[in-house]
Amino acid sequence: MNIFKIIEEIEKFDPEVYGRLDSRRSAFKNLGSLGKKTALAAMPLALGSVFQKAYGQGNSMVLEILNFALKLEYLERNFYTQGLAASGLITDSAARGAFEKIQMHEAAHVDLLITTIQSLNGTPISEPTFNFGKNFADWNTNYQTFLTLAQAFEDTGVRAYKGQAANLINNDTVLTVALQIHSVEARHAAHVRRMRSNKGWIEGAGDNSDVPAGAQPVYAGENNVMQGSINDVKTVGEGYSAAIATGAFDEPLTKEQVAQIVSLFE
Amino acid sequence: MEKPTQKQGQQDKAGTGIVVPQRRMFLRYAGATALATTLLLTTSCDDDDDETMPTDPETVDLGSGDTGILNYAYALEQLEAAFYAEVVAKSLGMFSQTEQQIMQDLKGHEGIHRDFLKAALGNAAIPDLEVDFSTINFNDKNNILATARTFEDLGVAAYNGAGQYLENAGFLTLAGKIVSVEARHAAVIRDLISNGTFSDTADNMGLDPAMMPADVLQAAAPFIKNKISANNLPK
Repeated sequence: MNIFKIIEEIEKFDPEVYGRLDSRRSAFKNLGSLGKKTALAAMPLALGSVFQKAYGQGNSMVLEILNFALKLEYLERNFYTQGLAASGLITDSAARGAFEKIQMHEAAHVDLLITTIQSLNGTPISEPTFNFGKNFADWNTNYQTFLTLAQAFEDTGVRAYKGQAANLINNDTVLTVALQIHSVEARHAAHVRRMRSNKGWIEGAGDNSDVPAGAQPVYAGENNVMQGSINDVKTVGEGYSAAIATGAFDEPLTKEQVAQIVSLFE
Repeated sequence: MEKPTQKQGQQDKAGTGIVVPQRRMFLRYAGATALATTLLLTTSCDDDDDETMPTDPETVDLGSGDTGILNYAYALEQLEAAFYAEVVAKSLGMFSQTEQQIMQDLKGHEGIHRDFLKAALGNAAIPDLEVDFSTINFNDKNNILATARTFEDLGVAAYNGAGQYLENAGFLTLAGKIVSVEARHAAVIRDLISNGTFSDTADNMGLDPAMMPADVLQAAAPFIKNKISANNLPK
């Protein structure tokens, strides 16, 4: 079997085959790490798995991530819908306008994620029951509590999408949609933060985010200064303060960290 | 600002476009259509037997693969950093105290993005770009804010569009760490211009724009003196 001949053949109808396979570099590395004899014997099988990954029968991780995102979007939509409906909660007209806009985006995200999941032959999760009053009893009567939770949800959303980007690296379409949602969540976050007289960006581990202790997990790890191969990003160029260095980079949250935050409202 | 230096180029003397197997692979990988006679290698080019091409000295080639995408981001961060440095140097007095803090933060954030990318790229980094701010009136607050909005929204759309071209998961996450901060900037600047317009860039599906490098560079071109070539970027 001549693997390169096969790839050349594939290139005739898929010019991007090299790019697809390159993103599967680790799969090739695995091939190479087998003993030569074993490698030859295992070639058809291993090759099959390379192509399956490259051409995405393996949508299960993508679907899992999309459902994970859908749960967060359900939470946000539900929160703003209820908040806007709560009498006497959001009275200022500019604030209402902002939350109506945000609610509309979250609702659009819910719809888009459902459509995307279905288009990949997956099953969208149905909307869970949320309990916003579980740990924040006055969430829909005290405007300041509502604002605090809105900030926490938006900053969590930004971090949650960011944490899954790398897992979508082999599906360009879904990755791009996720990025396009991610930056909208960041815009929301900045606005809500400023409604609370906070800066639009996160400095330190929530040092400038003004949330109660119970909501601190939202900002865990935001004080990270190790970026890529740079051990301390404060030291690049002529040097930067910790506030600038942490404010300039938003940090991801893992699925587990996000689930822990969401569980405060379930 | 430092004068940009020409990247070392390699000429294909035979004119076939195929010099060494690695290059053939590289060309195919980069999706280069013209089998280039002016292919610029920005990485691992250490055989200097070949002639240096006397091409337009102002053209900066971003390179290929992930390096090319990171250089593309580096170019945009250079532009933004230079802009806010200028705003803080020339125009701070026009802004309220809160706004002054915002401008200082933006200068810092874009500065550290630029310096971080330069450090991460190492030898593969493009040279310092020469900016052209002659069309910006630094005595006019509205003009400054409008320019800031253009740069920030453009930055967000650029990162959103380029993420799909990154092959290294670590780089993708890093780009994600930066783009959401750009989006925060964009939202704050938009609100300074007109409160409540923070996310008006989103379409009816609630999605921010994602722009391709060629379109982004065209929009940025009036503010950068160097010609920037994205020809070898992944497509």
